[in-house]
Amino acid sequence: MFLALRDLRFARGRFTLISAVIGLMTLMVVLLTGLTAGLSAASVSAVAALPTTDISLAPPTAGQTPAFATSSMPATTVARVEAVPGVRAAHPLGISTTRLQSADTAAAATVIGTDLFPTLLAGSAPGAGQIAPTLTLAEDADLQVGDTVTVAGQQVQVAGVVTDTSFSHLPVLYTDIGTWQQIAHVDTITAVAVDPGTATPAAIDLAAGTTTVTRDAAFDAVGGFTSEQSSLNLMRWLLVGISVLVVGSFFTVWTMQRAHDLAVVRAIGGTRGYLLRDALGQAALVLLIGAGLGALVATGLGALAATVVPFILQPATVALPLLIMIAVGLLGAAVAVRNVSRVDPLTALGASR
Amino acid sequence: MSLILDTVHLTYPDGDHRLTALDQVSLQVDPGEIVAVTGPSGSGKSSLLAVAGALIAPDSGTVSIDGILLSGLDRAALDRVRRERIGFVFQQANLLPSLTVLDQLLLVSHLTGSPRGAASDRASMLLDRVGLSARSGKRPHQLSGGERQRVGIARALVGEPALLLVDEPTSALDHDRGHAVMQMLRDVTAEQGTATIVVTHDLQYLPLADRTATMSDGRLGLDLTHPALSDAH
Repeated sequence: MFLALRDLRFARGRFTLISAVIGLMTLMVVLLTGLTAGLSAASVSAVAALPTTDISLAPPTAGQTPAFATSSMPATTVARVEAVPGVRAAHPLGISTTRLQSADTAAAATVIGTDLFPTLLAGSAPGAGQIAPTLTLAEDADLQVGDTVTVAGQQVQVAGVVTDTSFSHLPVLYTDIGTWQQIAHVDTITAVAVDPGTATPAAIDLAAGTTTVTRDAAFDAVGGFTSEQSSLNLMRWLLVGISVLVVGSFFTVWTMQRAHDLAVVRAIGGTRGYLLRDALGQAALVLLIGAGLGALVATGLGALAATVVPFILQPATVALPLLIMIAVGLLGAAVAVRNVSRVDPLTALGASR
Repeated sequence: MSLILDTVHLTYPDGDHRLTALDQVSLQVDPGEIVAVTGPSGSGKSSLLAVAGALIAPDSGTVSIDGILLSGLDRAALDRVRRERIGFVFQQANLLPSLTVLDQLLLVSHLTGSPRGAASDRASMLLDRVGLSARSGKRPHQLSGGERQRVGIARALVGEPALLLVDEPTSALDHDRGHAVMQMLRDVTAEQGTATIVVTHDLQYLPLADRTATMSDGRLGLDLTHPALSDAH
């Protein structure tokens, strides 16, 4: 790092500029990562919170994929799934969008009828004619245990408050399947949460006439989830790709500009390995400073953003993109500075040849 | 002997043919001796420096530096020879723009892995020797041409080389500064006991050399000033 550190000091304008570019790229990637995670949670966290491994949905029509929005099946499907040899447990799921009206607040919510509830924070699990809103919904609508509210025209009582989940970007109201059927005005259910035990999805589908997928695969059955995540991930990876090109281009030009100096170092006995280590160390330092500052600023902005938009700020949503940016930046730099090893020391005498 | 070139032949590709850069060149330079090599452009002077400096291997013939035969050495060994046995003074000094005067010298010690304290002492001593102690914190663009060339000489001497190869040291200097640089080369060659080859176009400085030789079309002209040859003739 003898040369690297002195080059950084000498050409601080150029290195400040590239560090700022790397910082801005990292800022955008970290913000997009937090937003992607936030939107993902807003879309499917209610499904992710189900303590089950598989979900059986109604088979889609030709050319379509399974979807919670179009899935509907007789309530007896739960018993048919449960009767499949090897299945450990089956639970009904009813999912619909509704409107909650309290004394002075109205809010849109997803109501989920089931007997699989998230962790209770207050009160008790909802029974017939009762609901359990998630914490944020309870706070926003000023709901207390024991309050009576109107959900889709039905009077229901708040039995408890559960940890935050959401479905399709709406907060969730949990209730039992019977109350859900009254709220949704149906006598069917949406899906079955299955612990298949030793039974295969094919056996379940054959016996119950369903399409069974894993819980994580069922995220794709939530409206808009796949396209939303795909768009955001495309943006993220495009940014990462652009970063590789930007860092690679900078170090390519930088290496070309100092090719004669490198030839002099080779002529006075510097090895190829010495120059490569020095150049890569320099790139790593620039990336660490640029990406580190970008991630730091993104953490601050993310904390602010989390108060108004679905944004998840966790070590993983900051550290992972930061590490990716440094790793791909180093890759770009490595491709660029490999030319260092090709510098011919003979060119140090070039001026007089 | 610090440098022995024995019937060295070197060619470069030139289209469909090969151009002869050195044609059966033999030369020996002793410790403390300074040999000036002159000749027109393209005569092979820089090729002579490149071969003597372990920068390029000849097609045939042998090169020996400080008792080490270069034939058959791999790239790492040649790097080591350049690092530990050879000092280069380049045309227009070829100093690294990001390094201060002191760092130009410390770089060589860093490459050789010398202890920090010893490296600093040697660098300070050499800067003092070339009269640039007060300029040790300056960068190359803050120095005059003569000062840059003196830094180049000091840098070449850091590793206590057996062989000093100097390429057109006065090409960018006026007469007074050129003369001062050549005199300094003359002095440090004697003090440090290096075998020194100075390639120069400038005939006015030839009297400062112990011997002179002329390159022409890759051939090294007769060197009647060498004591052995003088005796023979």
